[in-house]
Amino acid sequence: MTQLPTHTDKKLGLVIDLDICVGCHACVVACKGWNDQGYGAPLSDQDPYGSNPAGTFLNRVHSYEITQENGPAQVVHFPKSCLHCDDAPCVTVCPTGASYKRSEDGIVLVNEDACIGCGLCAWACPYGAREMDQAAGIMKKCTLCVDRIYNENLPEIDREPACVRTCPTGARAFGDLSDPDSAVSRSVAERGGFDLMPELGTKPINQYLPPRAKGLGQDIDVLAPLLDIQPEPTGIVGWLDKLLGKP
Amino acid sequence: MHPAPSVIIFTVLSGLGFGLLTYLGLGAINPTGLAAFGFFTLAYGLAVGGLLASTLHLGNPKKALLAFTQWRTSWLSREAWLSVLALVLMGFYALGAIFFGTHMRLLGALGAALSIATVLSTSMIYAQLKTVPRWNQWPTPLLFLVFALSGGAILAAQPYIAFILLLITGIVLLLHWLNGDGRFAATGSTMETATGLGHIGKVRLLEPPHTGTNYLMKEMVYVVGRKHALRLRLIALSLAVVLPALILLAFPSSHFAIVVAILSHLVGAFAARWLFFAEAEHVVGLYYGKR
Repeated sequence: MTQLPTHTDKKLGLVIDLDICVGCHACVVACKGWNDQGYGAPLSDQDPYGSNPAGTFLNRVHSYEITQENGPAQVVHFPKSCLHCDDAPCVTVCPTGASYKRSEDGIVLVNEDACIGCGLCAWACPYGAREMDQAAGIMKKCTLCVDRIYNENLPEIDREPACVRTCPTGARAFGDLSDPDSAVSRSVAERGGFDLMPELGTKPINQYLPPRAKGLGQDIDVLAPLLDIQPEPTGIVGWLDKLLGKP
Repeated sequence: MHPAPSVIIFTVLSGLGFGLLTYLGLGAINPTGLAAFGFFTLAYGLAVGGLLASTLHLGNPKKALLAFTQWRTSWLSREAWLSVLALVLMGFYALGAIFFGTHMRLLGALGAALSIATVLSTSMIYAQLKTVPRWNQWPTPLLFLVFALSGGAILAAQPYIAFILLLITGIVLLLHWLNGDGRFAATGSTMETATGLGHIGKVRLLEPPHTGTNYLMKEMVYVVGRKHALRLRLIALSLAVVLPALILLAFPSSHFAIVVAILSHLVGAFAARWLFFAEAEHVVGLYYGKR
């Protein structure tokens, strides 16, 4: 049913720490790997070894440069996957009911048996979270690894999304954002987690933690004490300076 | 947005077909027998042909019947229902006109109302999308409606009604362009709001997430051909509005003039609809540093 649930028991989602992400794309690979072997149609590639490769991915990492008024430019690696919005515009536009949001945990999914591949949900999503698989003609999106997180055949440590499990720096955290005491909710509260494009009113579940402040005025050069810089030259250089009248 | 030929053909032709059905249903012309057969064949050919063209862009058209299930929330589903209802009702009306020489007024009026509702529901598929600010404006439904009604009036051989509606179409077209030009800025979406990093400084893309292209970029970050936009706007306005209006005013009773007018109008309508897609910018382009 493409009517959004009035209430979801949980709000499962990701918290992505932009301060920690190093842009290694391991989450992109892990996501593609996991979602190629289990749930739904595999994520196809077109011309993978040719001159113009393209393919379906559910998670991608952009890299941005932010220039400040006073301070050095800053690079931020920016992983982006479905935000499992509370007011998901991709769900209500679906003509067949293939696109839906689960009332039990808030995950937005596609019932691939009902998807006609019209692409309207991808148009409705501001975040580019949905990609039409060019081989299957079916809309693919992040499932929050619904086939991992409840999977009792997996060791408990693996019952989280593949991107979270694989992230070498711990930049991605998975949890229930409706529970104010969950680790993810607390980090959002402490660090000032934010929504992407809040002006579009989608109420995303996934939250982003801002990079910590960096810039001039802070002693960020940890090697500085080790560099033996003498403010006043001594010895023969000092004698020369004195003789030649250093300004 | 990628101007897919199937969607352009669908919106233009089905709009024209339902426009003609509106005039037939309202009794602006009351053909019987063979003449009625000709008119209804033309209207159904355009409307159904357009709807069939729309299925060409589906990834899985074999499941298309499921599109009738979600009319509570989805404009695409509502369009499916309204178009079928309009075509069925007008089908009975057509049978009466062709074989029995009668025009069932109430049925025709209902069919005409459903035809207009179909065109409006088509327009709402686009107008509802907040992610495409140029479409998400009130002139969008109006634009689809006046195109259907003016084209329908030409086909229904109503030169004076067509003349007035063509002028209105021109005004709405200009309004849609000029108002649309400022829509993206008005939404306030920028690379800073897209990334949430505006509090640090000015954001620009350093490295895209992939070296090649992908579905998102082909479908929604379509920037090809926008440099011809102004010229195409002039072509669309001249051929869809000015030329057919002048032809109809100069030769209101000539059948040949109607044929020339509708052909010119169609070419102009295709140009306008191509621009409707090609000029529309999706906010997802912001993540790619493009619009």
